[in-house]
Amino acid sequence: MTDAAPAPFRNEKALKRLKKRRAADMRFKFYGMSAIAFALAALSLLIISILSQAMSAATYHIVRYDVVLDPAVIAPPGKDKPADVARNIDGFYDLLRDNLLQTFPDVQGNRLETRQLGDLLTRLAVLPVAKSVAANPTQIGQEMTIKVPLNDDLDLYLKGAVSPEARLKLGAVEQGIETTPGRVTLSGANAFKGLQSLIAAQRAEVGDAVDARSILVTAGKSTGRVVSMSADALEMDLLTGSASDFNAARPLARVIALPESQRNVSDDQIAWTLALKDMGRISRVPHFSLLTHTDSTYPELAGALAAIVGSLLTMLVTAFIAIPVGIFASVYLEEFAPRNRLTEIIEVNINNLAAVPSIVFGLLGAAVFLGFFGLPRSAPLVGGLVLALLTLPTIIIASRAALKSVPPSIRAAALGVGASKMQSVFHHVLPVAGPGIFTGAILGMARALGETAPLLLIGMVAFVADVPTGPTDESTALPVLVYSWATHAERAWEPMTAAVIVILLMFLITMNGIVVFLRRRFERRW
Amino acid sequence: METTITESRETLTAGTSMDETRGLTYPRIECKNINVSYGDKQAIFDISLPIPDRSVTALIGPSGCGKSTFLRCLNRMNDTIESCKVTGEIIMDGENINDPDIDPVLLRSRVGMVFQKPNPFPKSIFDNIAYGPRIHGLAETREDLDEMVEKSLRRAGLWEEVKDRLSSPGNSLSGGQQQRLCIARAIAVRPEVILMDEPCSALDPVATARIEELIDELRKRYCIVIVTHSMQQAARVSQRTAFFHLGELVEMGETDQIFTNPRERRTEDYITGRFG
Amino acid sequence: MIQQLGHLPMGWLLLALLAMLASGGFFVGRVQAERFSGATGSVRVHSRPNYHGYYVAMWTFVPALVVALAYAMLGEGIVRSLLAGELPANFQSMPSVELDVYLDSIARAAFDHGYGGADRVFSAIANRFLELQGMVKASAIGLALISAACGFFLARRKVAPSFRARNRVEGGIELFLFLCAGIAIATTVGIVASLLYESLRFFSEIPFWDFLFGTRWNAQTSAEFGALPLFYGTFMIALIAMLIAAPVGLFAAIYLSEYAGPTVRAWVKPVLEVLAGIPTVVYGFFALLVVAPAIRAVAVWINMTLMSAGITAEPLLAAQPTSALAAGLVMGIMVIPFVSSLSDDVINAVPQTLRDAAYAMGATKSETVKHVVLPAALPGIIASLLLAVSRAIGETMIVVMAAGQRARISPDPTADLTTITVQIVALLTGETEFDSPKTLSAFALGLVLFVITLFFNLIALRVVQKYREKYD
Repeated sequence: MTDAAPAPFRNEKALKRLKKRRAADMRFKFYGMSAIAFALAALSLLIISILSQAMSAATYHIVRYDVVLDPAVIAPPGKDKPADVARNIDGFYDLLRDNLLQTFPDVQGNRLETRQLGDLLTRLAVLPVAKSVAANPTQIGQEMTIKVPLNDDLDLYLKGAVSPEARLKLGAVEQGIETTPGRVTLSGANAFKGLQSLIAAQRAEVGDAVDARSILVTAGKSTGRVVSMSADALEMDLLTGSASDFNAARPLARVIALPESQRNVSDDQIAWTLALKDMGRISRVPHFSLLTHTDSTYPELAGALAAIVGSLLTMLVTAFIAIPVGIFASVYLEEFAPRNRLTEIIEVNINNLAAVPSIVFGLLGAAVFLGFFGLPRSAPLVGGLVLALLTLPTIIIASRAALKSVPPSIRAAALGVGASKMQSVFHHVLPVAGPGIFTGAILGMARALGETAPLLLIGMVAFVADVPTGPTDESTALPVLVYSWATHAERAWEPMTAAVIVILLMFLITMNGIVVFLRRRFERRW
Repeated sequence: METTITESRETLTAGTSMDETRGLTYPRIECKNINVSYGDKQAIFDISLPIPDRSVTALIGPSGCGKSTFLRCLNRMNDTIESCKVTGEIIMDGENINDPDIDPVLLRSRVGMVFQKPNPFPKSIFDNIAYGPRIHGLAETREDLDEMVEKSLRRAGLWEEVKDRLSSPGNSLSGGQQQRLCIARAIAVRPEVILMDEPCSALDPVATARIEELIDELRKRYCIVIVTHSMQQAARVSQRTAFFHLGELVEMGETDQIFTNPRERRTEDYITGRFG
Repeated sequence: MIQQLGHLPMGWLLLALLAMLASGGFFVGRVQAERFSGATGSVRVHSRPNYHGYYVAMWTFVPALVVALAYAMLGEGIVRSLLAGELPANFQSMPSVELDVYLDSIARAAFDHGYGGADRVFSAIANRFLELQGMVKASAIGLALISAACGFFLARRKVAPSFRARNRVEGGIELFLFLCAGIAIATTVGIVASLLYESLRFFSEIPFWDFLFGTRWNAQTSAEFGALPLFYGTFMIALIAMLIAAPVGLFAAIYLSEYAGPTVRAWVKPVLEVLAGIPTVVYGFFALLVVAPAIRAVAVWINMTLMSAGITAEPLLAAQPTSALAAGLVMGIMVIPFVSSLSDDVINAVPQTLRDAAYAMGATKSETVKHVVLPAALPGIIASLLLAVSRAIGETMIVVMAAGQRARISPDPTADLTTITVQIVALLTGETEFDSPKTLSAFALGLVLFVITLFFNLIALRVVQKYREKYD
């Protein structure tokens, strides 16, 4: 009888249909994998783009100045008390700028160039120097080495972030002759052939736009901007240095893609910076001031210290309120609450509060804490209060889950030896649920640490130049600093913002690390 | 084509006495040296068991003896458990169904299964039954489908009870009805074998009796393997019984013989209630 | 003398006072109880001495605490209203806002230990302010002490062997725990009350329907408060976000719960949760730095291609530096884990027996998922999507940084749109006065936001609850 039946597992119609169904199956699986791949790709793109930006802010360029602390400049008669010296920013600035002017004497007399040279140095950058000299007045009159950050735009230029730039080592130059003042002609057999073909290649790519590009030619401390060239000769405007530096040299040519008019750094400034670098006066150092300075309008001087302290103070207030209240509330709801309408309303309420947009809590803070109670604006106290209300539902929900996971046998055992309900909860249930509650609390705090919107509404977005010392001082917070730096127009803020994000993420990773550790350590199976 | 064969087989068995049936049956499924392990833990040890057509084979034994695991080998449901590994041969229609190039989807369309707890899909009664024919493309037209649903429900003895509310959800039925719905759902795919994993354990005695009658009815058309923890049930519905203990097949034979005159000491101890 | 009292550091003082009162009460109660419990065993003592101590401490501490809290909340206000009542008539006729500002400066001057300026009236008022403050502070401390004393004596009289001190203390603690739980209610009440109060003030000046259906929004410069463009922008960006998050989140959840092996699951699930843990301001920066420029570049390219092909004469897309698409895209990425993790939970909650039933009928995996698992999990999945929508509507930082400020209704996703949350932030950052319609409109927007998200949340939570009940 079996042999009469068609071989059921080899039934062609069924197999054909099955093939289609299997293909649909694979497609479905593929959609799932693509969804995961998309999410992971988005996450990695986000992390990589922020890390690569932050890497650039991990170091910065500082300029060394060897100067004599001339009392006539920094502590003129009548303004020579330490307090005056500490405030004499102009004096110190002049001292350092004069040093630059001496380094590049040919600038003298040209007002535009003098100003541009002075811009290598940010006026406020001398403040720490002034303060340290004022604290140690015996240094006045002595020779001293001062290190000050380079202007942020030039810092970016040196990091290669201002413009794409093609570099080319030229052939041997026989000599450079200053034909008219400021005009130098370099000559050398076939020395500039490579540069010519480079320009020709670029012209093929972008057309005549290549004419707007600056071609800088550097040998040692000297740099010139190319005016015209042939294979054997090159004419250029000398930006800094002297023609003789090019004698028997193999200069380096830079073709800067972004025209001078479209960038914040001029060719002159680039030339000076290259010269300072050649003198060994510019060095790239770790950017510790990011952690030790407070906010500033100049990116090279700005740091996140005030925001870090502000965030810590805010978190302190939040923790002091949200954690105990959250634990007590969850103990009540889980262990004591009678099942009635009121507790039911509280439950729904808490679940709903956990999903209310954070900005609404900001509005609450603005209206109630600032408007009604008249608490100070921009204060960590108010920020902490608002964030406490914001995280309370999260902490309550997590704590309740932890309490729920404590087996009833523990309660029964405590009650069985004559403990009151209160004693059984506080002596036996809470300690067992402790790690779970603690993890929930940390996760809640981690969420609070990253919150920005509510803090904006209670004014914690103010520019804060001083490290806050107490919960009622004006203050800002790390995520808010990210927001305000990110919305600055200058390019130099981008890596700085990314660096602050990395600091913020470090805190979050640490907190989550603690959670993971606790979960591993206290994982319990009942 | 297929139906005519089924019809002819039906006419063949109709009216034959039980003894004759027994004489006529041939092993529908031949299991040879089946071993099953979950990870490192072996659950089934070297079981060989022929399963005859058109009769009910009961698998009995204390809980954890591997009878359910063995049952799930017969339609390769164990494939859905990651750590589970099955070796040995299960021959059905001359093919080893454990062979990797046998698609379990095709196998399961011929070996239906009914579970311990009634598990209707969250769909209407009609859609529950129609689901199998739909995915396997058994019905060409809507009329075909209607007919198939009605036939399956009739065979499961549920038609009269639900014919007026085919569009109400499957889980609006009572427990016993739900289980019969699940049986009808399994029948609708036109299987040749039906596996039942303690199908009555979640039901009350009345519903149980109803299902047992149904099983006796279905035996005329299908090869049925039933796992049960109730020895009375095994005695009532099955023609052959296999006794499992600790993953081994202890004894297998005619149900009457197993219950009246077991060969093995362990079987006797179990059916007289000394353990289990 | 009274002026000196005005400078009292009330915070620390009250804290120290409370601590002293509590510990004092505890010791008195405890010593008293030890006397009878240590004596003969003739009397059956109900509670241990410590509980008597706690009981007395509780009754001493709590009344003083109530007074201290009342002072912290109302003290400044009382001083101000007293002072305002004493001011000469020409001050009384000042508008209340100006008077407030004036009193602010008085308070600041008084706080800075006196006013050295030449304005004699001002300095007199500042001195009077300090005097009044001193009086209020002194009376607050006095009141705290008196109430503590009353509580103390009442409680001490009760201490006796048969007194059930422990039950009373535990009752007190339970009340305290209840109050903690009640803070959640208080928060909601606070939110609703403050939003309603300020919104009603706003609607007394701007008609409600003009706000809801007006199409011109220009709150910053001129007083145009038609919020429809903001609702449109919010809707548009949330829609873009959900177009990303719903399929990706859902398919990720399906893959993780139905297809992935335990190792993949163990790695991918936490990584997806990382997406939920990243602060939204970081997403905003990402949108601003990477996504918005990229979208702009693509939009410009599309414009150029279309124009050079002669299909359009004008640029088709707005190609703004910040755009609805950039904000929506990044928000979609942010929302993925909200969809995936809750969907994953509900899919896992679908009983295995249902899957078995489908497999046993010869269904393939995808058929099982599509026809059996998803329909069974549908309510939960809908709930997760609703929660995600609510999250997207209420999200602030991404849109503040990447969506733009221009209130308009435009179908072009590369145009900059503004949203409810963006405008709330724009209206309330910087110096704010609580009387201008500009500030008040932020609360009206907040009310709309709260109501919408509440609606979504409540539905979602109900559905989830029903679902849990069904399968638990």
